[in-house]
Amino acid sequence: MLPPRFELHRPQALGEAVETLARHADDASPFAGGTELLIAMKARVLRFGHLVDIKRLPELRGVRGREDGGVSIGALCSHHELARDPLVRERLPAYSALSENIANIRVRVAGTIGGNLCFAEPHTDPPALLCALDASVELAGPNGRRTLPLEEFLQGELSTARADDELMVRVEVASQPSGTRAAYRSCGHLERPAVGVAAVAVPHGAGHAWRLRASGLCGRPTALARTQAAMSGLPADEALQALLAHVGEDAAQVEAHDDLQGSAEYKRHLVTVLAARVARIALGRPERNA
Amino acid sequence: MTEPFPMIDVELRVNGRPVPLTLEPRELLVDVLRDRLDLPGTKRSCDIGVCGACTVLIDGMPATSCSMLACDADGREITTIEGVGGAGNLDPVQQAFLEHGALQCGFCTPGMVLAVKSLLAQNPHPTEEEVRHYLRGNLCRCTGYVKIIEAVLDLAKRGDRP
Repeated sequence: MLPPRFELHRPQALGEAVETLARHADDASPFAGGTELLIAMKARVLRFGHLVDIKRLPELRGVRGREDGGVSIGALCSHHELARDPLVRERLPAYSALSENIANIRVRVAGTIGGNLCFAEPHTDPPALLCALDASVELAGPNGRRTLPLEEFLQGELSTARADDELMVRVEVASQPSGTRAAYRSCGHLERPAVGVAAVAVPHGAGHAWRLRASGLCGRPTALARTQAAMSGLPADEALQALLAHVGEDAAQVEAHDDLQGSAEYKRHLVTVLAARVARIALGRPERNA
Repeated sequence: MTEPFPMIDVELRVNGRPVPLTLEPRELLVDVLRDRLDLPGTKRSCDIGVCGACTVLIDGMPATSCSMLACDADGREITTIEGVGGAGNLDPVQQAFLEHGALQCGFCTPGMVLAVKSLLAQNPHPTEEEVRHYLRGNLCRCTGYVKIIEAVLDLAKRGDRP
């Protein structure tokens, strides 16, 4: 089915793109890979008189190493590009692996990380891990640039802190302390993940400080706060015991609803299973219990 | 007075030939291929980018032509099944599908063959897991996939370069 008619703008510079977005306000949308936008427009879920094709803006391209040892990711990087990028593989191996496992090859080639985060569809893989890695996002608007934590940027289902006239320029992941390990796993029986859980373990005390984030069953990634606090600094075996003791309680607090992806109860159960799995992987253990 | 929705001039390269076109921005690649260029080998099925029947290659990589603007392929090389081979001149991937019974109704086959060509061009000797992973987005409702995977693995083993 054809989408409704729109005017296509092809700005060559960031300032021109932002100006075009500002001129047409909520009747315009940035357009990059189109993997979410065009399908929503075809279904008449979204309607825009103007699409601003941002694929010619060099500031939004490429992966760069940060001086602090982290990674700066251009919003236009495709999942396929990120899965294969040597720097992402070296510094953020769990994110590289996640990128290789998104949807299918066609989505990975066309879909961009900026589009993924700006669309804020809950049933998708990158946000949980990027939140657990404490990523931040840089936005450019008519009044200059601002940077905010991804966890503040993502406000809920299909809702972000991006204003109509702002563009995401880059995703910044600061250096992780030496010995940090991360993992992400998801589960779903449809095209998209029903639930995903990410773990980041930073050496701390006799064990690790943990950042655990669950996504998919709720509007935005949510911290498994009691669990990660209980695991903090404990040696590996005790940390895993603490996880099993508390994760059910955290999962019960997540705002989940019955939907096509499964019942709320089922999805909360998946959180407990996946949390144990990613914690084991982050500790260098076999993925599943023997 | 300017048009409210200006048309766009593009030059696609389809199966090696330059194709200059004037398009509405909203026109989808699958429609342009099928209806304007008379290349009906590219199938439309789910129309939401999930099934892979409309797969074409753009600069060698699989793309969802039902959910891609044709004008976004401006200046790029598009390969459809018509550019791969046909009766009497089968591509090695098509020949392997034939020999292994890797198609029944055939509706997914053009997209499946193109996805396989892209896989083998990047990874001439994939493992079974890599084949399954790469073809995950191409749905087949007849074969149960086993014959398709056997065809790809056998082709890779024989070393015929598609």
